[in-house]
Amino acid sequence: MLSTPEEKNKQPLLNQRRRMLLTIVIAALFLLSIILGGLLLDEGRITTNLTERNAPPSFDHLFGTDWLGRDMFARTIMGLSLSIGVGLLGATGSALIALVLGMAAASMGKIADRLISWIIDLFLSVPHLVTLILIAFTLGGGFKGIVVGLMLTHWPSLARVVRAEVLQVRSAEYVQMSKQMGKPRWWIALHHILPHISPQILIGFMLLFPHVILHEAAVTFLGLGLSPHEPAIGIILSESMKYLSSGMWWLAFFPGLCLLIVVRTFDQIGEYLRVMLDPTRAHE
Amino acid sequence: MVKKLSFFLFMKGIRMATLLVAICFIFFLLVKNSPIDPVQAYIGADMLNVGPEQRAKIAAYWGLDQPVGVQFMNWGSAILSGDLGTSMIYRRPVADIIGERFINSLVLMLTAWVLSGVIGFILGVVAAMKKGTWLDRLIKGYCYTLASTPTFWMGLLVLIVFAVWLKWFPVGMGVPAGVLAEDVTLLDRIKHLILPAITLSILGVANVALHTRQKMIDVLQSDYILFARARGERGIVLFWRHGLRNVALPAITLQFAAFSELFGGAVLAEQVFSYPGLGQATVEAGVRGDVPLLLGLVIFSTLFVFIGNLIADLIYLVLDPRMRGGNRYAFYSRRKK
Repeated sequence: MLSTPEEKNKQPLLNQRRRMLLTIVIAALFLLSIILGGLLLDEGRITTNLTERNAPPSFDHLFGTDWLGRDMFARTIMGLSLSIGVGLLGATGSALIALVLGMAAASMGKIADRLISWIIDLFLSVPHLVTLILIAFTLGGGFKGIVVGLMLTHWPSLARVVRAEVLQVRSAEYVQMSKQMGKPRWWIALHHILPHISPQILIGFMLLFPHVILHEAAVTFLGLGLSPHEPAIGIILSESMKYLSSGMWWLAFFPGLCLLIVVRTFDQIGEYLRVMLDPTRAHE
Repeated sequence: MVKKLSFFLFMKGIRMATLLVAICFIFFLLVKNSPIDPVQAYIGADMLNVGPEQRAKIAAYWGLDQPVGVQFMNWGSAILSGDLGTSMIYRRPVADIIGERFINSLVLMLTAWVLSGVIGFILGVVAAMKKGTWLDRLIKGYCYTLASTPTFWMGLLVLIVFAVWLKWFPVGMGVPAGVLAEDVTLLDRIKHLILPAITLSILGVANVALHTRQKMIDVLQSDYILFARARGERGIVLFWRHGLRNVALPAITLQFAAFSELFGGAVLAEQVFSYPGLGQATVEAGVRGDVPLLLGLVIFSTLFVFIGNLIADLIYLVLDPRMRGGNRYAFYSRRKK
């Protein structure tokens, strides 16, 4: 804003669009390396090693070790890749539900629309976390409970977006024309509407991701999610609570920070994708 | 006006009733199909002393041998008459437990709600007034980072810094350990309240601040601000005369509509700080399989969120002069963004 004319005229090395693309690529590589790291790190890194218990962070153990001598860095990376995996399942499921219900609401007539809007209200009227606890509880906890819970709780906002988008496309002239020409409904949905809303779905999916990961960690932290034998971030943090009062801050600090960074990275990718794919926001 | 208002409340009431009935029914089906056997859960450790005949008797006494529809009607009519059942963990009526815990939670949530609202509003206004400067970037970065911060991790950090390192506050518990209930002073309660409230406030700021910033930027670009600037008004005076009332309403509404996140945050914060509120009760009920308590809490939290949304809508309807005389669809469009 306050730049002088000379500064304004100087051509930057990368324009905004290229910079965004570069950021997205770097962020994606970062996330990919975490997933690979989690898969490649062997179990040997987190076996108990009683000679090196409760060690503060050092070059040997970047994040320190816990009360069983397990390396916290390895545990954190494995936990993160597990979180991303669960998040992927949950967000995919949610996006699919949102796609189906959003399209159904917008194209199957008034009664379906009312019904689906009502279901959306139903899911939004209970706090997310309470719904998650409820579903995890009734499914007996564990991996299945948490994934189903995440799928069932995160779709409503995206479904609203899809519904609005489909309604808009449906009134477009080429769709009306197609209808006049006698194309069946499913053909229109598949060839005209679906391609049009696919960017929205992709963006929505990326923006769901952070929420899903955070909620997974939260429910696991509360003791209703993944089993205590998995190296999940929620488990690490809830275990660390017992040792905080003895001053072992690194048990909680680093894993949480890494979770924050991963979530923030996903958020950033989603934001940038939205700016790049959505022409009405391209100037931001 | 009054007629419109009562019609609005009536429609909202009907909507709420249908939602509650549906939630109860879904909950009922979920529990019915869950792997938990109510008889088994009731017997618990006395499993060896209870024979199959006794089990059948208990099941018949509870009406478990009747069809699902009948069971739901029985159960539903009990709830309508105000009987939420007895908690299995505490062996006390659910309504009592919720009432008692709600007071604790209310204090916590109210403190965090007010603090985060006020601080977030101020941050948002400052960021908008200084748009493009380092201050704006700082506030924006802070808010975006907070939006991806796990609540419970923030709680743990606050706990490490203030309770373990600085030793200013006790580690956890709503009241001091080893002290009789009558001897707990107000000061003790406040002392245990501060940390969870701080945690919730730090995180709650982000939403309001970003929203207010956006609204304030819109307001600052309007013609009347341009005119006021041309008259020579600047800074606080400008904001006080032309900004405040335009931005305060959306911010307050947003705060009321955020009751759902507030409740979710309270669940986590209460768990971290072992604060005896509703959230902790929810977690305990979930972990230890206390169905009546869990159901009571689900119904209660639904009501809580609903009241928040209702107030948000009402504020628009009553306070915003632009809403008067308009058609009643106007406030539905607000939510679609």
